[in-house]
Amino acid sequence: MGTIEKAILAVVTRDMERVAGGAPIFYAETEREMEHLAFTLEKILDGMAHRLDPVTMIIVRHA
Amino acid sequence: MKLELYTQAVIAGLVVGFLARLRMLRTDYRQYPTYPHGQVIHLSLGMIAAALGSVAVPALLDRNYTAVTFLTLAAQQFREVRNMERETLSKLDQMELVPRGSSYIEGIAMVFEGRNYIVIFAAFVTSLAVILGGWISGLLAGAVMIWLSGRLRSGKYLGEIADISEGVLRLEGPNLYVDDIYLMNVGLLDDQERIRRHGLGIIIKPRDKDSRVTISNIGQRQAILHDVSAIMGVYRDTGEPALVPISKRDVQDGRLGLLILPQTRDAQMAIEVIKRVPVLESAVRMPTEIGEN
Repeated sequence: MGTIEKAILAVVTRDMERVAGGAPIFYAETEREMEHLAFTLEKILDGMAHRLDPVTMIIVRHA
Repeated sequence: MKLELYTQAVIAGLVVGFLARLRMLRTDYRQYPTYPHGQVIHLSLGMIAAALGSVAVPALLDRNYTAVTFLTLAAQQFREVRNMERETLSKLDQMELVPRGSSYIEGIAMVFEGRNYIVIFAAFVTSLAVILGGWISGLLAGAVMIWLSGRLRSGKYLGEIADISEGVLRLEGPNLYVDDIYLMNVGLLDDQERIRRHGLGIIIKPRDKDSRVTISNIGQRQAILHDVSAIMGVYRDTGEPALVPISKRDVQDGRLGLLILPQTRDAQMAIEVIKRVPVLESAVRMPTEIGEN
């Protein structure tokens, strides 16, 4: 709690046109694949998966 | 003969001071101080405090005024106790799944320091009473001091300043709400399912303006989450960042929405536990005290 440093650790997307930038981007073909990728990344990176829009998820580390 | 009276007074003060410390030392569900070594530390320090308090009276009566200066040494010593507690708890806090938070730790540390002063005071009064009025008055003063220290032991509880009820957890797409308070964005379907199954929504409604400020304090909120998790268990582990008990505030009316993830899903018990969470001294504000001007 308190001052929280947040960082986007990874981006998972089904539409490469919509994302770019510093964090590693993982491309998924299907919704199922995206869920699976985000799930695995969440456990590995200890960051929480958030859904920005129907085709994009980000893994964020809080605190 | 005179010396004997003083000795009696010191012994009485010592005993009463020690009993007062014993009365104020209770290892409850929070398991702090840890039993038995944490308790030994505090009982020993209580003994020292009692000795200081009871010796001060004969020293003063003997016009040995410089002897009082070592009370300042005592104050120094007990501030050290506070630092020690703070450091230990902060270190331990890093190893908790749901940490206490620094406000809660500061509150506990402050209590440890304060209680030693109460012990000094109790020993002082008892010792004085023995010298002035003999054993009987000493006994009476001792009993009153021990009773008083028991009264001073506990502060307010959350149940006294707020109404606590169960709220409905609801997911709108990835967004998690309890009643109408937004909590967080949960991306994974798997996490959503687990929160739906194990999560419990709680609404804390402040009773007045003062308590609205108190329960908005982040330290107080963390203390609530810690206590609930300590007592009811927590459905969480490292590498599961989405399964985190959190609290969010409705900025309109100051209500608090809580997501808790107890090991056993029992709303009634959770409400009881939250009612008994101590109100942190550092979180209390009194905006209503400002009055007319």
